[in-house]
Amino acid sequence: MKRVSLYGCSIACGFPFPADDHKEPGPSLDEHLITNPAATFMARANGDSMQGLGIFDRDLLIVDRSLEPVQGDVVVVALDGQLVCKVLDRHRGRLLSANSQYPPIPIRQGQEFIVEGVVKASIRYHRLL
Amino acid sequence: MLALVDCNSCYASCEQIFRPDLRGKPVVVLSNNDGFVVARSKEAKSLGIGDLEPFFKIEHRLRLHQVAIFSSNYPLYGDISHRVMTTLRQFSPEVEVYSIDEMFLEFQGLRKPWLDYGRQIRQTLWRDVRMPVGVGIAPSKTLAKLANRAAKTLPGCEGVCALDAPEKWQWFQRRTPVDKVWGIGRRLSRRLAGFGVETAYDLAQANPKVLRRYSNVNIERTIEELNGVPCIPLEEQPPVKKQIYCTRSFGTKLSELQPIQQAVTLYASRAAEKLRAQQSLVKAIHLFLHTSPHEPNYYSRSTIVQMPYPTDDTRLIVQLAKEAIAGLYRPGRHFMKAGIGLVELVPGSLGQGDLFTSGQPAHIGRTMRVLDQVNQRFGRGTLFLGAEGVQKKWKMRQAYTSPAYTTRWGDLPEVVT
Repeated sequence: MKRVSLYGCSIACGFPFPADDHKEPGPSLDEHLITNPAATFMARANGDSMQGLGIFDRDLLIVDRSLEPVQGDVVVVALDGQLVCKVLDRHRGRLLSANSQYPPIPIRQGQEFIVEGVVKASIRYHRLL
Repeated sequence: MLALVDCNSCYASCEQIFRPDLRGKPVVVLSNNDGFVVARSKEAKSLGIGDLEPFFKIEHRLRLHQVAIFSSNYPLYGDISHRVMTTLRQFSPEVEVYSIDEMFLEFQGLRKPWLDYGRQIRQTLWRDVRMPVGVGIAPSKTLAKLANRAAKTLPGCEGVCALDAPEKWQWFQRRTPVDKVWGIGRRLSRRLAGFGVETAYDLAQANPKVLRRYSNVNIERTIEELNGVPCIPLEEQPPVKKQIYCTRSFGTKLSELQPIQQAVTLYASRAAEKLRAQQSLVKAIHLFLHTSPHEPNYYSRSTIVQMPYPTDDTRLIVQLAKEAIAGLYRPGRHFMKAGIGLVELVPGSLGQGDLFTSGQPAHIGRTMRVLDQVNQRFGRGTLFLGAEGVQKKWKMRQAYTSPAYTTRWGDLPEVVT
């Protein structure tokens, strides 16, 4: 049995489907969000300190390690060995939350602090998967 | 010029990527079935933990020093290895994946300050993948291996070494025992000692025509390579495997037939997946089953089964494997290990039947493609044959497996917000 798909027509008789030559791959979220796949990882947000920027508990974070972090970037950092998502305030040497309940975190001298990557996008599910 | 890039303590480093708290700490990774130590971080090595030490013997010491212990997590290591290779391809289009943690890069027509270039490679891998690597740069593969060794052993190198001039490689060759040269095994090095060849430098200066008589043509090439003349070309396409084996110890000894058949179903499924990945078909399979060789009445049997036609159909392979293993099975014995080998392989294009012998029907290829695609996308074991069983009591012991951070939705790293 032959199957007929939306594009293209595999029935032996008749004319070729004119749209066949103009077939384009659909927009891909992967290509849109992930420019450097080898340097990108996904993570799960855990907490409410970034709500002001629309990052809620359990949201998906797309993190690119190859981007150079700049002032105001949402970043994932390793702070004392723990992965934490905050806003980078380079100028004043601190990390900011996006929730008034959480004060800025100053980065003290000698504290272990490494930027693990820049959060390029976060994904919010409006219907539970 | 060539570079050999290899990951430092690859598996242990993979475990540290999403665990910044473990960076700079002692970490070990255990083999299949949690049997032996197969990877140690630098800090674990400096505690005196040796390679391939049996876990049960050193478990106490590991706990005492608060060493982080992991079972092998191959989904994670495979993905990280792929990321390392992808990142390295930015530096050269001509590459050879030499092993899961080593890659040769060829820089044709490039003239660089090689040390700077090597450092750039190393920094990029740390920034993008969080993988620490050693980089050795030299005009031949054998010298690149040597440069990589220098990068690791000479503290001043900080992970990068370029042996790009004869005086540089000769200096290091004088300080390298000949058995550390790529392609010179322990046995050959013992024979070479008879000719007064003790160091890599001695070998580089030796007469290739004379040594060839006592070994083979490979040693001639090694000598040329040690003198900066490339003789071993880059192999960009990994050679197609001629045999595919999947063999494993059970987590506990098994005396019933059913769990053994379930295990063999899984091993056969894995082997068939690899078979399809390299686009081959199998004509004959090898099955074996044995008890522990360390116990009395050691029992070991194997058999070869011909397939009715060249195939890559998991279901057909599994069916014949199960029948064969039932033939090897004897009640009352405590079996420890089983395995399957796909031993007679042909290219996929040769699988078509002719007028007299029918080949594998086309729809089977499509079914298997769906199976592989689903498992690729949603993780290995998403779709499997019911014959594997669901309980899997025979499964290997893997008590300390970390999450598959990069390949499974449920295992993504958690980030505190």
